[in-house]
Amino acid sequence: MTTSSFHRRRLLAATGSALALGAAGLLRPAFAQTVAATPSMRGGSNNYRPEAPIIERIGGGGFWMTGTVRRAGDGAPLANQRIQIWAHTTEGHERDARSHGATLTDADGIFRLEMPQIVPAFGQAHGHLAYDSGDYETVFLRPLMDSPSQTSLEAHFVLQPV
Amino acid sequence: MWVVVALVSIVPLVAAANSPLLAWRDPIYILAGFAGVAGLVLLLLQPLLAAGLLPGLSRARARRMHRVFGLSLIVAILVHVAGLWITSPPDMIDALLLASPTPFSIWGVLAMWTAFAALALAALRGRLPLRPRHWRYLHMTFAALVVLGTVLHAVLIDGTMETASKSALCTATLVAALAAVWRIRSQYGHAAAKPADKTVR
Repeated sequence: MTTSSFHRRRLLAATGSALALGAAGLLRPAFAQTVAATPSMRGGSNNYRPEAPIIERIGGGGFWMTGTVRRAGDGAPLANQRIQIWAHTTEGHERDARSHGATLTDADGIFRLEMPQIVPAFGQAHGHLAYDSGDYETVFLRPLMDSPSQTSLEAHFVLQPV
Repeated sequence: MWVVVALVSIVPLVAAANSPLLAWRDPIYILAGFAGVAGLVLLLLQPLLAAGLLPGLSRARARRMHRVFGLSLIVAILVHVAGLWITSPPDMIDALLLASPTPFSIWGVLAMWTAFAALALAALRGRLPLRPRHWRYLHMTFAALVVLGTVLHAVLIDGTMETASKSALCTATLVAALAAVWRIRSQYGHAAAKPADKTVR
């Protein structure tokens, strides 16, 4: 499977599921508020650069940033949501534009972006993720790696509708 | 003694100089990191000099070196903070405002301010309404906080320092500080030592 076909299919699926989810939400307006919104983490927005482009991968890849995006309250997966990702990697500092990229969630609210290996910076191996597209409250995350030798990192968003 | 001190000081510097992380850092970030390592090495030497625990050095010579190394430590702290600020301004601003997500930052900031306080005391020695022994207690208290803060700061960091040599240096620094406090207290800490106060340091 090539990366580009994977990407296009994911976009198509995401668009369809966004419509389906919207309808589902309307049918269940009184669903109990059970899933709490994710708060921003301390330092999450450090070295943020607005409007990171949606790209196939950041740099040469080799490391996977993955996660989910759901709606606060009913916990429904949110498709087609833009998640921005940046980190200090083997290819650049956090502040460098080439260390930044964005991707969209698929039909199941899952995102996955390949990027260069994250290396420890400022004392911890960590990544940065942002949701700030405006439909939901802005959230900045700063997940830590258990070990610098990890080749993937997860971060999960539960977004509060504006 | 000298051999142990030399090994514990030099091996961490050499190990850090061979860190794979250096390949992915700008020169200014590397400089800031090494200023931190150098500061830690100076912190090992400072209590040994202050208490006259290094054999073969006269007290006067040791005291002069203590002053020079103390100023060098302040320079190392300033280079460390300035270099990290240039590398990532928001991370350093968070650290200085005690709002950083990293648990080691607060210890580093504590060590920085107590080092400045120890420097201020040293600069104003003889011009403050303090008895020599009270001045000494205050300076030692600040210095002990510098050591404690710096060791916690260093141990919690995943950086260019290699783990074993960092642990050895941190342990040696704590031991040196404790030994110095014990030595100085036993020399001057009781009433009988009052006449000697005038000539100390």
